[in-house]
Amino acid sequence: MTLLTVNDLWVRFPTRQGVFDAVRGISFELGQERLGIVGESGSGKSMTGRSILQLIRKPGVVQAAEISFQGRNLMELSERDMRSVRGNEISMVMQDPKFSLNPVMTIGAQLMEAYLQHNRDSRQNARNKCIEMLEAVSLRDPERVMDAYPHEMSGGMGQRIMIAMMLIPDPKILIADEPTSALDVSVQRQVLSIMDRLVRDRGMGLIFISHDLNLVAEFCDRVLIMYAGRIVESCPASKLREAKHPYTRGLLNALPRLDNPRTHLEVLQRQDDWTHAALEETQ
Amino acid sequence: MVSVTSQPEEGRKSAPFPAWLRKFLTTCGSIAATMLGLLLVTFVIGRVMPIDPVLAIVGERASQESYDAVYHQLGLDKPLMVQFFYYLWDVLHGDFGNSLLTARPVSQDIARVFPATMELATLGVVIGMFLGIPMGVLSAVHRGTWIDQTIRVLTLVGYSMPIFWLGMMGLLLFYGILGWVGGPGRLDIFFEGLVPSVTGMVLVDALLAGDMDVFWNGFSHLILPASLLGYYSLAYISRMTRSFMLEQLSAEYITTARVKGLSERQVIWGHAFKNIRVQLVTVVALSYANLLEGSVLTEIIFSWPGIGSYITTALLSADMNAVLGGTVVVGLIFICLNILSDLLYKIFDPRAK
Repeated sequence: MTLLTVNDLWVRFPTRQGVFDAVRGISFELGQERLGIVGESGSGKSMTGRSILQLIRKPGVVQAAEISFQGRNLMELSERDMRSVRGNEISMVMQDPKFSLNPVMTIGAQLMEAYLQHNRDSRQNARNKCIEMLEAVSLRDPERVMDAYPHEMSGGMGQRIMIAMMLIPDPKILIADEPTSALDVSVQRQVLSIMDRLVRDRGMGLIFISHDLNLVAEFCDRVLIMYAGRIVESCPASKLREAKHPYTRGLLNALPRLDNPRTHLEVLQRQDDWTHAALEETQ
Repeated sequence: MVSVTSQPEEGRKSAPFPAWLRKFLTTCGSIAATMLGLLLVTFVIGRVMPIDPVLAIVGERASQESYDAVYHQLGLDKPLMVQFFYYLWDVLHGDFGNSLLTARPVSQDIARVFPATMELATLGVVIGMFLGIPMGVLSAVHRGTWIDQTIRVLTLVGYSMPIFWLGMMGLLLFYGILGWVGGPGRLDIFFEGLVPSVTGMVLVDALLAGDMDVFWNGFSHLILPASLLGYYSLAYISRMTRSFMLEQLSAEYITTARVKGLSERQVIWGHAFKNIRVQLVTVVALSYANLLEGSVLTEIIFSWPGIGSYITTALLSADMNAVLGGTVVVGLIFICLNILSDLLYKIFDPRAK
């Protein structure tokens, strides 16, 4: 079942030197699956995630033939209708919980706000629901966490709280924008597996945005490789090693591998025509 | 009464006081130290000023005997350290000496002029705060639009116009031509002395006496100078609010709030604004302190018998006791406002606890 269809998406920023296109006409579909979007800094992967939620800050502009969620074209919704989609239907976890949680509000208040925004319920029920959710992300002593402030939490705890907060209204799609980049390697796996389990159990669609090819290959069903605002390659995660595009090949060759150690890692040689190349469909 | 719950505390022998008491005592200690420093500075200023306090009392044509008598009476023949301790002792007893100009104790003078300034500055800062903060927020939210530009020009005018010019133009327009407000002074002469002075603040005294006629007359006199001071502090407050707010609005937790599906109003007031309260407390406290000591020009133009004009007049006539007394009071206000903002800081920012 297709949850999300993105068709010819552009994200543009007018600047003094002319219009800068951060995302240049990309199209993809998302079902109840885990879709990885990989690319270097500035390749437009985060912009893609944010434009789905219509959260590109001014003066940025989002243009698309369609961004439909379960048959509804989000491009045609009013800001008010879009608000009932955000959080409720499509949610997003961001990079660093140190910055993505409000420092002067208790965690409980922030969680309850996420729930009560889309559900008419008593505060007591909301609180219980939040505590349940905190347990679901394997946080010990959720009662204490509810009354704590973000600065009292570690990075891993913070990110689990973010995941809990974003999943409380029961959305259909979760966009995870570099959710583990700010975490210790040892905590990364833990957070990812919690997220993975919840997303699977709820039959959600996951868009996993990352610059880490290995991580994406491991945790996703399908991978999109972005370069300079375009999707240059799309393939099942299991077939990533057989990728054809020279950019993807270059990235793979630049990574050290345990099973095939080499004395020299290749340096990625960029070619101008990648920027202009059209989407190469390898699916 | 010793409660049972304090038992675990007993194990720590090094802490004879509970934590709150220790914190309180530390605060008191730092206030005392600051006050001492302030008094030392004012004392030294009083001594190094090239003004002969004896001459100011006895006059130029006094005989050497009467000069020496007063010199001895003032304790000027004693060492500087001893003089300082006398000064300290007097100040601690609320004695700043007598004013040459009014021939009354300085403490009485200050008790009379300070409430007038307080009334003016308080209303001024309230106006500045209640208009300035929303204007700053609005300006930040609509950054770069005509709303932002209008607010910024308005505040720039408030910042750069000389307050005496604005004051005279205000008097000319609202008092002279339109007749909407009362003129200079705190009350029309007809209303003076109608209510007993309890706090020294006309509006409060009128309310205490339940005399609404006096209240409204006092208000009509107060509103123009207070608005002027309000406009001046509004300029500062709204500019600071704008820049604090811009910083917060680009923070990542704002995106989180939007992702949750919150409305723009909830995002701005429920999330971003909560984070600038701490900084705003400092800004508002600072502008309040400025108004309390620095509204000399406004007080002179509006014949407002406040502490600003009191100190200035005293300074111009070499009335050092009055100047030092006024300075100590102003310093005390600064210290108090600082403590207050520290306190609010702890309430608004959980990280400061």
